[in-house]
Amino acid sequence: MTSEDIIKNGSVVYSRPRLLNERNTHYCPGCSHGVVHRILAELLDEMGLEDKAIGVAPVGCAVFAYNYIDVDWIEAAHGRAPAVATAANRLNPENVVFTYQGDGDLAAIGTAETIHAANRGENIVMIFINNAIYGMTGGQMAPTTLLGQKTATSPYGRRADINGFPIKMSDILAQLDGTCYVTRQAVHTPAAVRKAKKALRTAFENAIAKRGTSVVEFVSTCNSGWKLSPAKANEWMAANMFEKYPLGDLKSI
Amino acid sequence: MAKIRGAVIIDQQRCKGCDLCVVACPTDVLQLQPKEVNDRGYHFAYTANPDACIGCASCAMVCPDACFTVYKITTE
Amino acid sequence: MAEEIKLMKGNEAIAHAAIRYGCDGYFGYPITPQSEVLETLEELMPWETTGMVVLQAESEVAAINMVYGGAATGKAVMTSSSSPGVSLKQEGISYIAAAELPALIVNVMRGGPGLGTIQPSQADYFQATKGGGHGDYHLIVLAPATVQEMADFVGLGFDLSFKYRTPAMILADGIVGQMMEKVVLPEPRPRRTAEEIAEQCPWAATGKHGRKERNVMTSLELEPDKMEVNNLRLQETYKRIEENEVRYKEYHVEDAEYLIVAFGSVARICLKAIEDARARGIKIGLLRPITLWPFPSDRLKELSSKIKGILTVELNAGQMIEDVKLAVECKIPVYHFGRMGGIVPNPGEVMNAFNNCFGEASNNSDL
Repeated sequence: MTSEDIIKNGSVVYSRPRLLNERNTHYCPGCSHGVVHRILAELLDEMGLEDKAIGVAPVGCAVFAYNYIDVDWIEAAHGRAPAVATAANRLNPENVVFTYQGDGDLAAIGTAETIHAANRGENIVMIFINNAIYGMTGGQMAPTTLLGQKTATSPYGRRADINGFPIKMSDILAQLDGTCYVTRQAVHTPAAVRKAKKALRTAFENAIAKRGTSVVEFVSTCNSGWKLSPAKANEWMAANMFEKYPLGDLKSI
Repeated sequence: MAKIRGAVIIDQQRCKGCDLCVVACPTDVLQLQPKEVNDRGYHFAYTANPDACIGCASCAMVCPDACFTVYKITTE
Repeated sequence: MAEEIKLMKGNEAIAHAAIRYGCDGYFGYPITPQSEVLETLEELMPWETTGMVVLQAESEVAAINMVYGGAATGKAVMTSSSSPGVSLKQEGISYIAAAELPALIVNVMRGGPGLGTIQPSQADYFQATKGGGHGDYHLIVLAPATVQEMADFVGLGFDLSFKYRTPAMILADGIVGQMMEKVVLPEPRPRRTAEEIAEQCPWAATGKHGRKERNVMTSLELEPDKMEVNNLRLQETYKRIEENEVRYKEYHVEDAEYLIVAFGSVARICLKAIEDARARGIKIGLLRPITLWPFPSDRLKELSSKIKGILTVELNAGQMIEDVKLAVECKIPVYHFGRMGGIVPNPGEVMNAFNNCFGEASNNSDL
């Protein structure tokens, strides 16, 4: 039986999600953003949220997220996505509002907005891409950059005495009474992707059921910033990032 | 005995040649084009060994650009 | 039905008027001298009656971005603050202007710079009328002089803001915010329904709800050609506003030989000074700009051919005077008198300043 026969007579087990539009993304080859966008688009369709979803895009690599996923979007100022989402959701409780933020956006410039939206228990989903570097601006140090990790602004490696320590935002957010679900996922293997999608589904279910704030951190790669091939970046992430940012649920109530 | 066979269609113009599908494929179906590039200059993925495909969709799971359509059939 | 007259502070009038306008959401952070806006709203609990959302944000930065988020969904949303807080909001205001969203921002000004003082000031004139944040944009700036205008300008500000899809600001001084006066509150009207918002704001990010095209609220455009078009569209809007929305009030201008230009509560002090002067035969008129942007430049230019000189009186080091000078194109002398640090001049001081500027000329008047 040839591939043509299988394509003709077999069943489709996977196809490009309907809500991911035709535009090619600006992301570098192998970037984790693409995978997270893909499962997000799949879920929004599978959960029937096309008409209800309002996404809030950050400043950073995902600044153009609104170009790729076919729902309504609001582009926020750097770090302010949780504040934007707070009002969008409170004023439109029948909608489902999510933010999509990187580590600089969520864990540096927007720390106050992130913590307070979560502390108020806003019924939103926060999608947090933690790749330990500033990708969009060319590979500078992030709040989540590992000790010793070289970036454009820590060219000899991050030093605790100068730059402080990598911040574990999900751990902080899990401490807050307003969060109902905080989980740390990755998308570097097929199994991890399936698990991450399930976690993201739980987060959206929480938002719909108004259980409080859900945070899904994706420990991610930035192969351009890390100066590695996509495959090597996945290996580096598994070998180095997961120790500081272990995968799994931090809170689920 | 029932046997599972699979096939994939790759959107080769969309592919950025990141190689993640090649690494993820458990049956070594996929390779990157060694010389040929698509319109955007990427060495895109292709099915070098299509008969080995089991339709597991691992390639599709890790593809950041949603380039894969995956088919599966069960044969006797 | 007889009008119901109430006695309240300007800040309280803002809160009452917002609920009655059908405002959908207020997001604020306490700062003197405007905290009564949030306090009054929390006390009135409009979420129980009209469904209006009231939220004390974690900062002014968060509050203005909540306004941005709410406005992006087509809702009538507002914030209020005082000078240092409004400085913090400038980033968000620039984004709101750039994304062409309606919103109302209230600044009950206190003295600066820096932490300054909690006493009244008008030192944010430049910030309010020249943009304030980054990029080429304007706010529609309304300057109330009475508690009644505090109440009335909420509706006016929202209406103009939605008409032109651009943020409006009520630029009040601490006096108008804090003083109690009688006020007739506007008639209550219901908040707009989802259907009305869909019809009036087809651009809003409300969820697609069957729309074919998604709505994206953004100010980002990396292609220079398109970004220039975006800028030109904004400038076109500002031109229309300048042509149609200039508002001011004149007092004793018909036979005036001199003019005082003042806004907000200071205009009331000046009016008293002018009336005292007129009793002594000195013919001074008063022009009180109500819209600080767009500024009543054409009217001032027109008046400049009939009068001998202008004194601007402001609670700052001389800010509005620049717009007055531009308007009269240096055809007549324009002087400034201002007090800072929270000091408010009395009518006698205004007259002294007038005499210092125009002493010779005014002494020659038919006293």
